[in-house]
Amino acid sequence: MGNELTGGIGEGMTAVLLQAGGAALLCLAVMGICRKAAVRVGRETAVSLLRGFLQIALVGVLLVLVLHRGFAVGVLLLLAMAAAAAVTASRRAGGIPGAMRICFVAVAAGSGITITAMAFLGAVTAELATLVPVGSMVIASAMNSASQAAERFRAEVAAQAGLVEAALALGASPAAAVSAQTRNAVYASLIPRLDSLKSLGIVWIPGMMAGMIVSGANPVFAGIYQFIVMAMIYAASGITALFTAVLLRTRVFTPAEQLALRRP
Amino acid sequence: MGSKSIPCGPIPGSASGFKLEARGLSRVVSGKPLLQGIDLGIPRRETLAVIGPSGSGKSTLLRLLNRLDEPTAGTVFLDGTDYREIPPRELRRRVGMVMQSPHLFPGTVADNVGYGPRQRNAPLSESDIEALLERVGLAGYASREVSHLSGGEAQRVSLARTLANDPEVLLLDEPTSALDDEAERGIEALVRDITRGRSMTCVIVTHDLPQAARLADRVAILDAGRVKALGSPQEVIHGK
Repeated sequence: MGNELTGGIGEGMTAVLLQAGGAALLCLAVMGICRKAAVRVGRETAVSLLRGFLQIALVGVLLVLVLHRGFAVGVLLLLAMAAAAAVTASRRAGGIPGAMRICFVAVAAGSGITITAMAFLGAVTAELATLVPVGSMVIASAMNSASQAAERFRAEVAAQAGLVEAALALGASPAAAVSAQTRNAVYASLIPRLDSLKSLGIVWIPGMMAGMIVSGANPVFAGIYQFIVMAMIYAASGITALFTAVLLRTRVFTPAEQLALRRP
Repeated sequence: MGSKSIPCGPIPGSASGFKLEARGLSRVVSGKPLLQGIDLGIPRRETLAVIGPSGSGKSTLLRLLNRLDEPTAGTVFLDGTDYREIPPRELRRRVGMVMQSPHLFPGTVADNVGYGPRQRNAPLSESDIEALLERVGLAGYASREVSHLSGGEAQRVSLARTLANDPEVLLLDEPTSALDDEAERGIEALVRDITRGRSMTCVIVTHDLPQAARLADRVAILDAGRVKALGSPQEVIHGK
């Protein structure tokens, strides 16, 4: 294990650290241009760059440490990732009570169902080396989907509170009163995933496929495997968005079926 | 006029004969009292106008009567039954509300008029919808997109949409505030016809004293969340 951790430090590590520094400098330059255009993302960009670098480096170390551990460790890792994803996604729910728990259930359900289904088909093996990286991609996408669904649902219900209350005043159930907002939230969260699927191979060649080709895999095989991953991501995102919107729906009404969401 | 709320008649529960009755109705939001201990009984078939300055609690009162908001104290009785014992959807069907802004759903006029009955799996027939539209002066409008309607037409659709639920009580929240004089008179005539024709109990919130006098059997003046005066339009508005 020691060899795995230290392997390559003397050879390619200096070069890759220099390249990472160059990439960060490029981001800082963009930050400077944004500042001139009065777009204030400086502090957030700097913090995000630092966080991203430290997190991904730590995960690299962690992966090496757990690579040969059992399946249960992998599941625990994925659950921890889902919890972190829920914390991030729930911030978009604008103070809807219980949003963090809802986002965790949604992300865990979306990614869990998808990964399990793909494991049954043999597309994902129970080995940590596959499970963790592929699972993390699926969870990350589920998190984005939960964020977008939560943000869109909250914003639409708040902006259209008059319409929602008009429906309630006519005797509609809470679910019926926000059916349009629920639908829009789910659809909006799927737009980026739909566009990714549509443009796969034409506009972009995802990193996993590129990595497989560089590692010597057959390009056609790499392409098909990438499609499988993209389809998993879409399925996980759809399930997550549905869970997020439907569960949040239960939290924006009182037991007496009154709209509880604060108006903007 | 003192700051005490003015009770309206006896309060002996179902024996009161009131169609709708607020007892000690209050609402406080973030420590700010919007409505304070309102006691108000509205007999069957009466039209009560609620007037008062902006922020006096008129719309809050109407929202509480429809239970779109929850009272922080007190309650409302419908036919002598505490409205907290009535399922919210049934209550809102029986106590219909027309809001200040029509808030029409995207789609056609017919989609909107049929919305309430569809919620309880009792869709209206085309002829039912047409009859309702005729009632509000919009015959032939069923297939029109609501986005193409004028303000007055939209408010008429909103009224027809509420009437489609066949409510026992009609709550109107400044239904003419955004309309020109001609549309305002049209809506007023319509409200008068409907409430009298259907023997309906009606509460109308307005900031317009002459309108209150034209439409109402009684007038309640709200100020700072309390009833300051209650009586016939002559007594309250003209002090006779």
